[in-house]
Amino acid sequence: MSTIRNAQPVFAAIKTMIDMFSFEFMRNAFLAGMMLGFVLAVVSFFVVLRRMSFIGVGVAHSAFGGVALGALLGISPTWTAIGFAVVVSNAIGYIGKEERISTDTAIGIFFPLAMALGVIFIGMSDHYNVDLFGYLFGNILAITRQDLIVIAVLGGLVLLSTKIFFKELLFVAYDREVAFVSGMPVTFLDHFLLTILALSVVISMKIIGIILVSALLVIPGAAASQVTRRYDSMIALSILIALVSTAGGLVISYFANLPSGATIVALASIIFFIAFGVGQVRK
Amino acid sequence: MKHPAIDPETNQESIVELNDVWVAYDGIWVLKSIYFNCYAGEIFGIVGPNGGGKTTLLNVILGLVHPQKGSVRLFGNKPDKNSRLEIGYLPQISHADRSFPVTVLDVVLMGLYNRIGLFRKPDRHSKDIAMELLSHVNMDGHAKRPFAVLSGGQQQRVNIARAMASKPKLLILDEPSTGIDSVAQEDFYELLAKFRNDQGISVIMVSHDIGVITSHANRVACLNVQLHYHDEPDSCFSTEIAKKVFGEDLRVIVHDSKCATCFRSHQDHD
Repeated sequence: MSTIRNAQPVFAAIKTMIDMFSFEFMRNAFLAGMMLGFVLAVVSFFVVLRRMSFIGVGVAHSAFGGVALGALLGISPTWTAIGFAVVVSNAIGYIGKEERISTDTAIGIFFPLAMALGVIFIGMSDHYNVDLFGYLFGNILAITRQDLIVIAVLGGLVLLSTKIFFKELLFVAYDREVAFVSGMPVTFLDHFLLTILALSVVISMKIIGIILVSALLVIPGAAASQVTRRYDSMIALSILIALVSTAGGLVISYFANLPSGATIVALASIIFFIAFGVGQVRK
Repeated sequence: MKHPAIDPETNQESIVELNDVWVAYDGIWVLKSIYFNCYAGEIFGIVGPNGGGKTTLLNVILGLVHPQKGSVRLFGNKPDKNSRLEIGYLPQISHADRSFPVTVLDVVLMGLYNRIGLFRKPDRHSKDIAMELLSHVNMDGHAKRPFAVLSGGQQQRVNIARAMASKPKLLILDEPSTGIDSVAQEDFYELLAKFRNDQGISVIMVSHDIGVITSHANRVACLNVQLHYHDEPDSCFSTEIAKKVFGEDLRVIVHDSKCATCFRSHQDHD
């Protein structure tokens, strides 16, 4: 009897978990979170190794201009955001190569420009039926079945193409000039990486949010790099960290009634600080 | 002019040929009227102050920088992707990359990526080739170790193994002595001489370290925006001094105090 009584809280917890998944929005959010965790972790591996964190921030914010344009034109903000983010991402890469403009400066120009265009588009539309706040900070209730399909298709595309060019991307990240001399298509790979960065930002914006997604483009890879010196284990750890952050963040946000995107980022940051501590101790 | 040019003394073909090459960054000339020939089988050393255009000159040869004026020939032809594949390149060891999560074997395998081709992972055969390359530089025992934990000298040996992976005809070295202690340096240059003697590989290296260049190169030039050949009279040394100095240490002193052209143009540059 007493064992059953002791086990009661466990049953209760299991029941609440089952209840949680009885909501369709929660199932959708979970599925989306897991897929995105996977995609963002792989992209963050390259973002960290190539020191592109600030590009991630800039590209993510530029998606806002696209969302507002979609709202103005009355078409799905996902597609206009993809257009905006892909163009801005590649423009940053292209202009940042110029002698007189650093990548840092290029980001500093395009990031506010895309945001400004977003504000202008909102001002131009007399009414807006798009939840802009949800796009900025993520909304757990927003994931529809159609979103899941978009995430699966585009996320799958990002993962598959990254797998195809993996060794070349690794070489360019390690040593750009030697990679060029060794016959690697360096410019193509640069723009490829910028494009998959843009795509992964856009498919993440509904659940994690434009402002918060850049954290997941950095933290999984950065945390993993603290505790390993091998790229294969760095990717594996990066994926694990992203999945734990998204799953854990969603569960906590459900029970504590907190915003989903922010909770995921907060959890990921805690994992980063733990990994940082472990890395320091092992040094 | 016929291509490739032939060295009148040794009858060797020119593998790198620069004719009247000019390069400017932001409107300022960093290379002016460079005429340069490197012939098969020689170790060519280029010295000069920091900011004198050494790395730019290498970048022109590697195709990373396109000159505003003048022509470049690699192995007698216009440089393209295929001619660059005949070059093994060793950049300066940079400390920024020291945390990159790759093993020693991974680094050498990168040199084989072009041969492995797109869509394919390095297989057993590639790994065997990489291990053999590592054994040439006595680093096969370190294959599984993270590259980041090696000493500067060990990293340099691994990098040379990677550069040798494409079976190059020419090795290009940028400041090969940076971050390496003197014992490791001696080992490194011995290795270089071995590759030159066994496989007929030519070497072009640049350094601000005059001692290193003069004691390991067959031919030396000094670069400070313009290129001056030490074996040409009235360029860097006066002929009178040049006759006296074939001992390595003496050359260093002579370069410092009497290398009139270098010294003067260095002053101009500042």
